[in-house]
Amino acid sequence: MEEIGALFHGFAVVLTPMNMLLMMVGIVLGVLIGVLPGLGGANGVAILLPLTFTMSPTSAIIMLSCIYWGALFGGAITSILFNIPGEPWSVATTFDGYPMAQQGRAGEALAAAFTSSFVGALVAVVMITFLAPLVAKFALEFGPPEFFAVYLLTFCSFIGMGKGSPFKILASMALGFALAAVGMDTVTGQLRLTFGWSELMRGFDFLIAVIGLFGIGEILLSMEEGLAFSGKTARISPKVVLETWKKLPQYWLTYIRSSLIGIWMGITPGGATPASFMGYGIAKKMSRDGAKFGTGQLEGVIAPETAAHAAGTSALLPMLALGIPGSPTAAVLLGGLLIWGLQPGPLLFVEQKDFVWGLIASMYLGNLAGLIVVLTTVPLFAAILRIPFSIIAPIIIVICAIGAYTVHNAMLDIWFMLLFGVVGYLFKKLDYPLAPMVLALVLGDKAEDAFRQSMLLSQGEVSIMWSNPLVGTITSLALILLLWPLISKALKIIRPGREGRVFTG
Amino acid sequence: MNKISNFRRNRCSAANLALGSIAVAACVAATPVFAAWEPAKPVEFIVPAGTGGGADQMARLIQGIVIKHKLMKEPLIVVNKSGGAGAEGFLDVKAAKGDPYKIVITLSNLFTTPMATGVPFNWKDMTPVSMMALDQFVLWTNAEAPYKTAREYIAAVKAAGPNKFRMGGTGSKQEDQILTVGLEKATGTKFIYIPFKGGGEVAVQLVGKHIDSTVNNPIEAVAQWRAGKLVAQCVFDEQRMPYKAKITATQSWNDVPTCKEAGVPTSYQMLRGIFMPAGVSKDQLEFYVSLLKKVRETQDWKDFMENGAFNQTSMSGAEFTKWLEGAEATHHELMKEAGFLAK
Repeated sequence: MEEIGALFHGFAVVLTPMNMLLMMVGIVLGVLIGVLPGLGGANGVAILLPLTFTMSPTSAIIMLSCIYWGALFGGAITSILFNIPGEPWSVATTFDGYPMAQQGRAGEALAAAFTSSFVGALVAVVMITFLAPLVAKFALEFGPPEFFAVYLLTFCSFIGMGKGSPFKILASMALGFALAAVGMDTVTGQLRLTFGWSELMRGFDFLIAVIGLFGIGEILLSMEEGLAFSGKTARISPKVVLETWKKLPQYWLTYIRSSLIGIWMGITPGGATPASFMGYGIAKKMSRDGAKFGTGQLEGVIAPETAAHAAGTSALLPMLALGIPGSPTAAVLLGGLLIWGLQPGPLLFVEQKDFVWGLIASMYLGNLAGLIVVLTTVPLFAAILRIPFSIIAPIIIVICAIGAYTVHNAMLDIWFMLLFGVVGYLFKKLDYPLAPMVLALVLGDKAEDAFRQSMLLSQGEVSIMWSNPLVGTITSLALILLLWPLISKALKIIRPGREGRVFTG
Repeated sequence: MNKISNFRRNRCSAANLALGSIAVAACVAATPVFAAWEPAKPVEFIVPAGTGGGADQMARLIQGIVIKHKLMKEPLIVVNKSGGAGAEGFLDVKAAKGDPYKIVITLSNLFTTPMATGVPFNWKDMTPVSMMALDQFVLWTNAEAPYKTAREYIAAVKAAGPNKFRMGGTGSKQEDQILTVGLEKATGTKFIYIPFKGGGEVAVQLVGKHIDSTVNNPIEAVAQWRAGKLVAQCVFDEQRMPYKAKITATQSWNDVPTCKEAGVPTSYQMLRGIFMPAGVSKDQLEFYVSLLKKVRETQDWKDFMENGAFNQTSMSGAEFTKWLEGAEATHHELMKEAGFLAK
């Protein structure tokens, strides 16, 4: 096994006191970045990138990638405690994580989220270690039609995630698509829906919408319902981690499924955010307790976190092997590689063995270090919920405002955040689901670009969606998922004696 | 300001009398440094494009060089304002009239964005500081395609008829598409132009054979070229690129013919320049001109230029202004011919 030897060589490169120190610094910084909404991993890495120009490339990438791991871990914390996703890929974690916190199970949810993140990352790193060249080739198969098919599959796997009426889901999703369309259109190079107002040119950033819809909306609700966090009676003990671990093995199938979804989305490069949504959607469809998802199911935390971390980790593979970044953070790291004089691409694995295997070794160690750091802080974070609402709520609003401002350094975004907060509140009061809108906002733009690029390629023929086995399979799968409620109904009619499995669709 | 420099001059002349020629040299060298304007707070460095792209990379490199070589006391803070194909960043600089704590790096969207979208700004709303380099464009094809030269490729495109071959590029009505239209006009061909979000993505789409050719900047496609996945057919410049170090097993950048040599008479380069808001003082402008000159003299900068096969033309002052006027006219002409001007 040539890879094993190379990997141990990598460990030897990484295991110097200086590199270990940088690793811990990176993890702690990353967790902080992940906790602060708005200051995403991409921003964090971009801000710190110039500081690394004086280091050796290996040390620099170790520190920066550890910031990335830290941010992936940290994103879950605020999602679970306050329903505020610190990072886009933690939105799906709020669906069950926040209800768990409200029931006083914050510690359990956090421990499960962190452990799942670690498992997802570990599976992805093992895959990178042994299958890198093979998998990198697979990413080349992805042209615009394939990308569109993947986005379509994400949307379809998420159909029926709200419990409300299908029309409310549709309305929410349509609003998301409309918001995603604001700003510059890549395909025509024209501004859309800005009404001549230059502040709208940058469009609606997903993060601002999410901070407002979830964070501010939730605080408005709490204010109405008695100025207290429902989770404040949380029992806090360090043993909670061990108790949670006992429960996790029974969800092995969810882990496998989410890891595979995550790896696939990371490589293709769909990214961690769609992976987390898809992981959640599929788990809900497949699980025996699917109907209870959204009420505080442990599995509903495990599925998106595993998928997000697997995707976040495997997103580094296309970056290294092909020079295409699978995530915004990977894009910034890619810029860093070029500045350090390293050329990402097919030859990196041949010419820069120390660097590549050092990085892969640091993925193992960084994630392990990250897991230890965040697990020890579980009781600490869970204790935050005991602080009186009147103290913590203003702090959250300030942090949200800073986060919203940081995304584009624009004052207007803070107003948008507050506006989204009111929208989030109204949605909840009127029982409209938020998730379809968020999903449409984050993927609508990309899906639209991919679809129109495909139409340009085929000169308007929709048949391009079935033009090769790969894209054909994904598209057909998406359509089957979309129409599943109808299909299962039809099956029941055809075979009336047997009770068909009930899918919430 | 004047008072201080007068005082310094006086002190120097006193020192001259006392200490003779050694002090003269010291005073001559010292006076401009002490008298000149210097930033007293952090400077915002606006990138009118997203993180990870060519302009962003260059801005972050400049930021890194300034920190590493301690060229400035206050930090340079890179801020991406990419909304509306960069219009957001340019409008921000336009609105900051007289503010010496803001600089902006430009790409071709300095000219193309206002022309294509009608967003009201122009390079004349800013103070040109200096041209850092010109970015090259190269015609790339997949290595497994049978075309040995640009001439052969263009002949194949022509033979296939209009709207058969697919050219991928970054963005719409921006440099890549303008160049594609220029190429079509010069050769009487017609491509399907497919806009993508970033240059790296375009290169990979070509490796995956989802498109037939690209006009990527060298730095965007060099990794795939070295790996033997892509062929560099020709460079859209009047002269060949000067870099003679072997990049692939057999070729250096210098071995890539110009498109003119290859029978495709088209040329286009992209400005990588730095601007400030309008209405700044001469001292303030001088500070940035000399800061950027120092940046260009570092080895890190030279390595970066060679890695990306940049055209290292740099200029400032009246020469730069004149160049900008010419470039604006050229872009207007190209955009008009292509029908990309905002109605």
